[in-house]
Amino acid sequence: MSDTPSATAELKLPKDHAAEKGMVNVQIDGVWHQFPKGTRMIEACRQAKITVPHYCYHPKLSVPGNCRMCLVQMGMPPRPAPGQEPTRDENGYEIIGWMPRPVIACANTVGENMGIRTQGELVEKCREGVMEFLLINHPLDCTICDQAGECRLQEQSVQHGRGVSRFVDMKVKKPKNVDIGPRIRLDDERCIMCSRCIRFMDEVASDPVLGFTQRGTHTTLTVHPGRLLDSNYSLNTADICPVGALTSNDFRFQMRVWFLKETPTIDVNCGTGTNITVWTRENKIHRITPRQNDEVNSAWMPDSHRLNFHYIDSAARLTEPLISNSGSYSSTSWSAALATAVTQIKATPAAQTAVIASARMTNEELFLARTLAAEIGTSLVSWVTRTGEADSLLVAADRNPNSTGAQLILGAGVPLDQIRDGVRNGAIKSLIVLGDDLITDGGFTAEDLGQLDFLLQTSVLANPTAEHAHLVLPSAAFAEKRGSMINLSGRLQRLNRAVEPPNEAHDDWEIIRDLILALSGDKNEVHHIEDVFKALAENVSEFSGLSLSKIGHQGTPLLETGYQIPLLANERTRKAAGLING
Amino acid sequence: MAVVKLQRPKLNLGEKIYFGALIKGFFLTMTHAVKTLRGKSVGAESLASSGLGVTMQFPEQRWDTHMPDYYRGAPTLVTDEQGRERCVSCQLCEFICPPKAIKIKPSEIPSDDPWAKVEKRPLEFDIDMIRCIYCGLCEEVCPEQAIYLRKDYLITGLKRADMVHDKKKLYEIGGVRTGLVNKWNELK
Repeated sequence: MSDTPSATAELKLPKDHAAEKGMVNVQIDGVWHQFPKGTRMIEACRQAKITVPHYCYHPKLSVPGNCRMCLVQMGMPPRPAPGQEPTRDENGYEIIGWMPRPVIACANTVGENMGIRTQGELVEKCREGVMEFLLINHPLDCTICDQAGECRLQEQSVQHGRGVSRFVDMKVKKPKNVDIGPRIRLDDERCIMCSRCIRFMDEVASDPVLGFTQRGTHTTLTVHPGRLLDSNYSLNTADICPVGALTSNDFRFQMRVWFLKETPTIDVNCGTGTNITVWTRENKIHRITPRQNDEVNSAWMPDSHRLNFHYIDSAARLTEPLISNSGSYSSTSWSAALATAVTQIKATPAAQTAVIASARMTNEELFLARTLAAEIGTSLVSWVTRTGEADSLLVAADRNPNSTGAQLILGAGVPLDQIRDGVRNGAIKSLIVLGDDLITDGGFTAEDLGQLDFLLQTSVLANPTAEHAHLVLPSAAFAEKRGSMINLSGRLQRLNRAVEPPNEAHDDWEIIRDLILALSGDKNEVHHIEDVFKALAENVSEFSGLSLSKIGHQGTPLLETGYQIPLLANERTRKAAGLING
Repeated sequence: MAVVKLQRPKLNLGEKIYFGALIKGFFLTMTHAVKTLRGKSVGAESLASSGLGVTMQFPEQRWDTHMPDYYRGAPTLVTDEQGRERCVSCQLCEFICPPKAIKIKPSEIPSDDPWAKVEKRPLEFDIDMIRCIYCGLCEEVCPEQAIYLRKDYLITGLKRADMVHDKKKLYEIGGVRTGLVNKWNELK
């Protein structure tokens, strides 16, 4: 402090240290931090592990600053008079002059030597005031609202609300239970006009059908006349809605969220490998929501993928091994089923046997399928490619979740056409089909399969191929197993078990392991899915040094495929333009 | 910890021969026996005696009229004076229930129903009375004044299934309750 100005000029101040790295010094609640230039105040607070309550701000969307919930107190050093040296404290930071009015943390960026107070009387009063305004017209229907339990308004009402209303007038009436789209229901009375859904549909889904009409307390969220909120990404608006204004028709009134257990896993409906959370209660899946992964799906997911889980406990689910007795099927035990499989496989020469794996299988299962083919002694290994229409965001044309893994582990394989021709000209007499449906997806016909001496099918659901199989083994759906998959951009990601397989259905890797053991007669040394991954890591060099737990919930980059997920490209452009933060 | 050594009392001869105490006890018993036979047992009135002694002859005589207002019997669902089922299946009782006796399946009220505005009501509401511990937390937690503990305490059944009260049975026991807050009514 006693240094003369000429002496301090030689010394490096905190601002100089920060400037070298392109950062700025910011004091948050009395503690100094460094953040990159251009960081929003709310993001800076989040990085400093301080949550600023907010509704309208979303890191993946533009910032309108309309909810006013994130008001904080801000201060900057006062501008010195000409010739005056700024006063500094003993650490070299300039003394902050606090502003008497609050600012919104979401729309302002941090600056050098800025101070932020997220607590204190001014900030608390602001939050209480904003909460009181928001609750004036909000209906008291938390008891029937699906958002209860994960409602930001509810949470912040507990923290900053008054408990009782001072409002004596009638609440404004607005449309309730509005059918605005095939998958979304709108309750306008619950809406707090944060405009997240409007911005999402405009900026991310590029289908701007939502908007506000009227003014003041009568502001109403509506869908464009003659249009519906029917985009394949519409359910994301229900995810980001901080209140229960937009709710999912599929999940509506099914279960209260506080009963649900969350399991982080990945989506298997296309090659993107969207990260998801599966919400379950008592072995039943109630809903699926996207999980943020900035390298895969940002924070979004398509509706078509999200809603494709009801088959898991449908009537078509296979729950016990089935053996065909000339046309009709009877259930059998696993040991009897495996014994039949071994007899039949051994009865056919190895050259006439083909294994059709699936790119819907995990890496571990594919590795075991490769081992199974080696055990049988056949080189006829293939898989079914399934394609669909890609969109410009997350849905990939490749509808198999693990094509990259199949190529890596099984190699090029034999073209499926060659196996089909082999079946048709009688060169192949025995087929082991692991998971895929040859008639629906593989171009086989019922007559082709009828020519076979033996057809073994493992499947989750009853399907046309299984109807021609001599032996049908029930396997596990994606939410019922652990394992890893590699998405189109070469990222290794992990599936986690959210529910148990029903009745006698077994995990796929266990089925293939049991088949291998039954064929070889060896003693079992593979007890755990981790053991399979270990063997995989020893045999396929790309996996060396990895284990299932090392993959982590965010996945790990494994290969360079050059594939770009279109949504991420859009997001990076918007981030580079400074439109969004996250 | 301090150890206190107690000295056994020194008994005199009369106390050592315990026969005297036996006689004393016998007379006390006989006094009560005579009182009982004269219909003057102590506490007969307050304990709702069935006649002889203080014992209530249970299945024939009941405690019912003596039950205090705060008695916690079987939990039930109630309807209000407009005949609306109060429960909106928010499932808070299911959440709070310590022995997990309550199981609710929610459903949506169809749009042609006069109470369509409420949007939600239980499709199934089961209380397993074998599990229920009559703690009353369900009544306390209910934000809709829909579940009340009644004075019914004779919950019996021949099968486990008999002991599960379904929605119909719960409304049957619960009946109509008046004077509740009618927050779902249309404002005038």
